Amino acid sequence: MEFITLNIDGKEVQAPKGATVLEACRYNDIIIPTLCHDPELSSPGGCRLCVVEIEGMRNLPPSCVTTAGQGMVVRTNTATVREARKTVLELMVANHPLDCMVCQKMGDCSLAAYAYEYEVANQPFEGEKAQHPIDDSNHFIVRDMNKCILCGKCVRACEEIQGRSVIDFAYRGFNTEVSPALLPLGESDCVFCGSCVAVCPVGALTEKNMIGKGRPWEIRKVKTTCNFCGVGCNYDLNVKDGKVIGVTGNETSVVNGRHLCIKGRFGTDFIHSDRRITTPLIKRDGVFVEATWDEALNLVAEKLTAIKEKYGPDSIAGLSSARCTNEENYLMQKFMRAVIGTNNVDHCART
Amino acid sequence: MNSLMEVCCDKCTHTPTTPCDKYIACRTEGPLCHDDASCKEKVQTRLKQVVIAPESGLKQVLICAGSGCISSGSRKVDAALEAELAKQGLADKVKITVTGCHGFCEQGPIFIVEPEGTFYCRVQPEDVPELVEKALGKGELVDRLLYKEPITGEKVRHYQDIPFYKKQQRNVLRNCGHIDPENMEEYIARDGYKGFVKALTMSPLEVIEDVKKSGLRGRGGAGFSTGQKWEFASKSPGDEKYVVCNADEGDPGAFMDRSVLEGDPHAVIEGMLVAGYAIGANNGVIYVRAEYPLAIKRLKVAIDQASACGVLGDNVLNSGFDFHLKIKAGAGAFVCGEETALMASVEGKRGMPRVRPPFPAVKGLWDKPTNINNVETYANVPAILRRGSEWYAGLGTERSKGTKVFALTGKVNNTGLAEVPMGVTLREIIFDIGGGIQNGKEFKAVQIGGPSGGCLPKEMLDLPVDYDSLIKVGAMVGSGGLVTMDETTCMVDIARFFLNFTQKESCGKCTPCREGTKRMLEILTRITKGQGKAGDIETLERLAKNIQATSLCGLGQTAPNPILTTLKYFRHEYEAHINEKRCPAGACSALLTYRIDSEKCVGCGACAKACPVNCISGELKKPYRIDASQCIKCGTCMDKCKFGAVIKG
Amino acid sequence: MSCQCAVEDGLQPDPKEIKLGEILAKYKQQKGALIPVLQETQEVYGYLPAEVLRRISFELKIPLSKVYGVVTFYAQFHLNPRGRNIVRVCLGTACHVRGGAKILETIQKELGIEDGQTSEDLRYTLESIACIGACGLAPVIMVNEDTHGRLTPDKLGKILAQYE
Repeated sequence: MEFITLNIDGKEVQAPKGATVLEACRYNDIIIPTLCHDPELSSPGGCRLCVVEIEGMRNLPPSCVTTAGQGMVVRTNTATVREARKTVLELMVANHPLDCMVCQKMGDCSLAAYAYEYEVANQPFEGEKAQHPIDDSNHFIVRDMNKCILCGKCVRACEEIQGRSVIDFAYRGFNTEVSPALLPLGESDCVFCGSCVAVCPVGALTEKNMIGKGRPWEIRKVKTTCNFCGVGCNYDLNVKDGKVIGVTGNETSVVNGRHLCIKGRFGTDFIHSDRRITTPLIKRDGVFVEATWDEALNLVAEKLTAIKEKYGPDSIAGLSSARCTNEENYLMQKFMRAVIGTNNVDHCART
Repeated sequence: MNSLMEVCCDKCTHTPTTPCDKYIACRTEGPLCHDDASCKEKVQTRLKQVVIAPESGLKQVLICAGSGCISSGSRKVDAALEAELAKQGLADKVKITVTGCHGFCEQGPIFIVEPEGTFYCRVQPEDVPELVEKALGKGELVDRLLYKEPITGEKVRHYQDIPFYKKQQRNVLRNCGHIDPENMEEYIARDGYKGFVKALTMSPLEVIEDVKKSGLRGRGGAGFSTGQKWEFASKSPGDEKYVVCNADEGDPGAFMDRSVLEGDPHAVIEGMLVAGYAIGANNGVIYVRAEYPLAIKRLKVAIDQASACGVLGDNVLNSGFDFHLKIKAGAGAFVCGEETALMASVEGKRGMPRVRPPFPAVKGLWDKPTNINNVETYANVPAILRRGSEWYAGLGTERSKGTKVFALTGKVNNTGLAEVPMGVTLREIIFDIGGGIQNGKEFKAVQIGGPSGGCLPKEMLDLPVDYDSLIKVGAMVGSGGLVTMDETTCMVDIARFFLNFTQKESCGKCTPCREGTKRMLEILTRITKGQGKAGDIETLERLAKNIQATSLCGLGQTAPNPILTTLKYFRHEYEAHINEKRCPAGACSALLTYRIDSEKCVGCGACAKACPVNCISGELKKPYRIDASQCIKCGTCMDKCKFGAVIKG
Repeated sequence: MSCQCAVEDGLQPDPKEIKLGEILAKYKQQKGALIPVLQETQEVYGYLPAEVLRRISFELKIPLSKVYGVVTFYAQFHLNPRGRNIVRVCLGTACHVRGGAKILETIQKELGIEDGQTSEDLRYTLESIACIGACGLAPVIMVNEDTHGRLTPDKLGKILAQYE
């Protein structure tokens, strides 16, 4: 990799050639606040929180979309820069509901964290605030556009990662909002992958199943592999008091990063369901009754043996599930071929 | 021969499918492709019919059909003239030319008789019989329709002698009002497309060098060197490039681009052809705001005519250079005047600006290298090529060359378009050309450069108007709008007016502009309503400074200018509103009080009857009084009182 | 493929739909077609109905959210039909005091529409506005470009009837 040298906050530092000023700073552990920037998404340079001073440049350029140059002199923490960032935050806060006490995002909200860091007063400006109805027209995602800071990460996640473009900016200026077209989200073409929720820096998008179930500091995150299919996505089970209250993405996941599908992200309600079947059931006299695993497995073995003896091995077929791992699927076909003696084996995810 | 554009005989080699490189010269000096005395005769005869020569004994009437004159009824005048000429048997002696804008919209409909150049103004259909009989038939003057100089009251006969025109130097506007914009031969007859033909004899790099030498800077706002811009686009690698014309003129109080498009559309096409040839672009787009339907129509006609005779299309004038031009109509968003937003809009997206760099010259329309200039910039180009860059560089100041068109509006006597060399003073434009302030009131300030510009006080009247001088004092040339204000204009209110505009037009992409203009507008509105608080000025200053420094595009970066300049030059007016709850200009109705002078009041009761909220009481023939707590300050009582007894203050 | 159900039902296809089909056919292969398509479509329909936006989205292969984003961004486009006549009722201070609310109420009854709505026959769109600066004539309404002042509820019927 080729490197350039530039001066950031009085220090000569190196950064990969072609990096943005933001990346150059992060490469050198210099902290720059960002709201609309996301390394996995394109950069619109819209929130203007990451502004810095660069010698020879007019105004305060946003570091996320300014390419770092050889010999560039950058200042990230002057009074001018801090005041500009504070003003940007004040303007966001002035158009934001201050119901942080009951907000699901409390403790994990970037706006609140930066407002704290930059000492934004509670009510920086009086005036009109956005008035949007809350959209909870579906089972999975609650959209409260009054809390939206219009960073547009959800729009880009939907377009660039999920490839759906279900939501986009609508209207303009102070009336701008992120919105699905014409109808609430529940009636749109949304597949509820929840990628938008995963990237939302504030409480505008929340997982419906987690609302009221726990605060970030009460939650223990347990990284695990999703058991819905063989892709092998990793995610964090959010556990409070020994109960799974929901799932969040984990960016260290090799397979999927933060991204999940509707099943992985929202399909955890079965874990603590009282209707969940926890022991094998055997039908006796037309009624399912509970049994032990030994009883159940013996019964299956008996029946399979009987069928095989009477009608031959090819009278039996096996269908394996996408929810099994590769190893389990391997065992399944081995069992069918070696034990039962047939090639009648298939898989639900075969294409 | 019915048109200069047609072939003179079948020996003429020029048809759109077989273009001829001498086509343009052929039309005016020709024929050049073959030698035939009778053909030459034909061309010369036609030329004299297009540009009426004094010795011909013919007359020509120029009737303005710019948007301004049409709304004051010029279409009806045109129809009446045609009928009347037929009636009086003068139809073959008089040529009617329906022109584009003369720039003196206030005096419309404008009716000029050529070749003598007599200027009749505010002509209505009922005036036509007299004009035809006297002015066209007998060659007499119709005195009552001549222009009256507002200050001296003198009647002025000739167009060129009217102070409004006399001090102007019309280069961009030279054809506006003098040719039929829907007829290409009139443009050709007045040296049209000769600049482009000249460019074709040069290499693209020589053309760029010439434009650089002329010193032409962009007329749309920022004033970047046009030649340099072309050079960037020319050097950008890529076989597909674009030339875009920004005709999304949207500043309140600016209408020069509309006038050029409506009055001389071929000049813009010619400028774009030169740019396309210089940078190596084969496609051009003109983005016109939807609110200018007439401009769109005339451009369409002009493009069709230019295409029909091989000036646009494949292998233009047999030069091997292809150039295709398209019109895109805007859909009602001021921010699309910003170049990256404009390109997004052409691509069919929301008109939201994007971060630069990359500049359009590198990555523009459809991600291809693109050159964007505005209408006036392109309209300057033909003359630079035709008359030479030295000629152009001889006009204007050291760093601002050429002429600039300004739109004079507000409380000035002569509302209209004024084209002057860069560097003349504000005083010359407002007083010598604009005729000073209406109703003998005193000049207070001028907002220059539209909502992005600044508000300058009378101490600045002798400031030379050029790019750099204006930037120094916090204003900008911008598109060239000049809104003049008198003593009755409140400076806080004017700042509020402009903020209201920019706030409504913010695209919403970046936080400072989207949220910040809203908050500044709210504060200004409060101040004008008498609800200003200590600290408001400081908050405005802090917001303004940070919005300037952090906004994504020019709209946000310049939106605070009206506030900052009014604060700089008229801070006392803000203080009076906030501290004393008083509007020094007497314009903010919430801060006014109305009372009745008991000395002057005769007790007629007219005011009480007129009061919409019944807050005036009294007995007949005794002085009345106003209950200030109920008064809504509508001013009706003051209008009604015949004795001047109602006092506002 | 455009919708064929009208043809299958043996019904006459809607002339507006045919026109829309022509517009789409004209622009389908062009880059940046969305805005001109919306402009020409609005000329046909007078506004941009939801089902029309869906068809434009489908045929131009542009996500509906993007079409909606463009329509709501530009002032020129309307999602709801507009009346041939725009009635604006002033609710500024002077008009309020002199019974502007009563005027609005009467017009609402007369036209059978609420503030901000358009009548079914598309004859009127009703809007209330803050102040039109004609306080001396209060209460005032504007119909298109004409100002009507010193109103009483009984005068309204006659005024509104002038506008077809």
